[in-house]
Amino acid sequence: MTGYLLRRLAQVLPVALLVATLVFSLIHLIPGDPVALMLGDGARAADVEALRHQLGLDQPLWKQYVGFLTGLARGDLGASLHYGKPVTTLLAEHFPATLELALAGMLVALLLALPLGILAALHRDGWIDHVSRFFALLGVSVPNFWLGPVLILLFAIHWNLLPVSGRGGVLSLVLPAITLGTALAGLLTRMVRSSLAEELEKPYMVTARAKGLHRHRAVLIHAMKNGLIPVITVIGLQFGALLTGAIITETIFSWPGLGRLLIQAIRLRDYPLVQGGVLLIAVTYVLVNLLTDLLYAWLDPRIRYEKA
Amino acid sequence: MKKPELLFGAAVLLAVLLMALFAPWLAPFDPQLQNLEERLAPPSWSHLCGLDELGRDILSRLVYGTRISVMVGLSVVLLAGLVGTLLGAVAGYFGGRVDALLMRVSDVFLAFPGILLAIALVAVLGPALRNVIFALVIIGWVGYARLVRGQVLQIREAEFVASARVAGASWLRILGLHILPEVLPVLTVQASLGMAGAILSEAGLSFLGLGIQPPTSSWGAMINAGRSHLLDAPHLALFPGLAILVTVMGLNFLGDGLVNALDPHGKRQITVR
Repeated sequence: MTGYLLRRLAQVLPVALLVATLVFSLIHLIPGDPVALMLGDGARAADVEALRHQLGLDQPLWKQYVGFLTGLARGDLGASLHYGKPVTTLLAEHFPATLELALAGMLVALLLALPLGILAALHRDGWIDHVSRFFALLGVSVPNFWLGPVLILLFAIHWNLLPVSGRGGVLSLVLPAITLGTALAGLLTRMVRSSLAEELEKPYMVTARAKGLHRHRAVLIHAMKNGLIPVITVIGLQFGALLTGAIITETIFSWPGLGRLLIQAIRLRDYPLVQGGVLLIAVTYVLVNLLTDLLYAWLDPRIRYEKA
Repeated sequence: MKKPELLFGAAVLLAVLLMALFAPWLAPFDPQLQNLEERLAPPSWSHLCGLDELGRDILSRLVYGTRISVMVGLSVVLLAGLVGTLLGAVAGYFGGRVDALLMRVSDVFLAFPGILLAIALVAVLGPALRNVIFALVIIGWVGYARLVRGQVLQIREAEFVASARVAGASWLRILGLHILPEVLPVLTVQASLGMAGAILSEAGLSFLGLGIQPPTSSWGAMINAGRSHLLDAPHLALFPGLAILVTVMGLNFLGDGLVNALDPHGKRQITVR
């Protein structure tokens, strides 16, 4: 297990480096001058040049790249061109809001998917199964940039039950979390259903029932334990999707998270901020995948990563 | 036929294709025709989905919007499918360093937040239809490559492949004539789900103002425009959202129905991305 952990940790570094290089190349290819955007249309050429020099943007691209990598090695992501603050400070300010939203979205997805998926598996091909399947497909098909405004219209404007937008307290989290978590709920419902249904057909379940174990106990004690293991992998993989899916949800609900910050940063050509933000999301994604794999190995001792 | 989901999915796909093809005949009005005096008018018998913020007929704009969705969906599926299938097939068949290289590259693309990559690419290239398609192909090929690689890894060990090899068939012939036809059913499912994903992503980009630019009708852009009129004219966002929902749901039903029809016992690895 330790060998596997070290090997996987060693893989994180090159992936992060490649992501950093990719994002550096992309952001510098974006047409438009960040300095001209910062100073506005009426700025004098001399002022633009001076600021460009001050920010190091007049240096050749390879020098900027080396500077970016050396800074990265020291944990310094540079300063935001627009806000003037260190990128790490800005990310630290905005990341908790995104993480909070992603976790709440995950909670919504699990609260919907677990009961629906389990019921569907227990009543395979019955009406509950069909209804659950319909809702699962509806969940993965509904665009979150439409669901969000519809929820605002109903729950915030018509019935005045929840806040329209912004971050403040648990109530403000409800609509964004539903908007973000619905698609994942659909995906997980299908996953829970198929995984559990497969377990229910295995010989050990017949043995458990033959020994007189009540169906509910057999399902809860035996089938669920095994059937939910593949679901954990999907949850891990989808967590990254939640982090990025939050970009649209944050835009709809004016949620002060990383997604909105990044969209603004791309529009303002704020190179260091875009690089830092994307890197943070990518590394979080890779680390969550690693944690998922470790959890998977811990839950299912048959998985022998040492031999892989 | 006891496959209602397949029927529903195929019917939706056919309807959307026909609507895109015959938009000029099906749309009741010119989608750009403005009637500022009646702007934001609610649905009525003369305008079934109402009028938008510039007094344009929403139903006509929806009908024309199918053209963008269909073009993006089909192009992305074809191009991403082609690139992903070629790379995945070669990696799976040869294994070794070629495979390791492809896996590392796909790791990077998977670790890179897809929608962010698309946003950044469209920002680099400019918000135009072909750039949106390019961006979605860049983020979409990985799914096909991984899927095909996995399938080829399994199939290349089959006896009929070994026989072909013994008979002296070239690798190109084995891959093209023996292995890839076996992968085709799984690819069809992935294509159907991939088209749904591409339509959603295009609409998402247009919603963020990075996709198709006005005055061309795009469902995502129509929802974005409707957001500022949620209070006084909710129909602006409601109808384009329903159009996306029904189309994407139809494609998902089609994909789901195909999974069940091709693989009723769930023995093959068909992933939903």
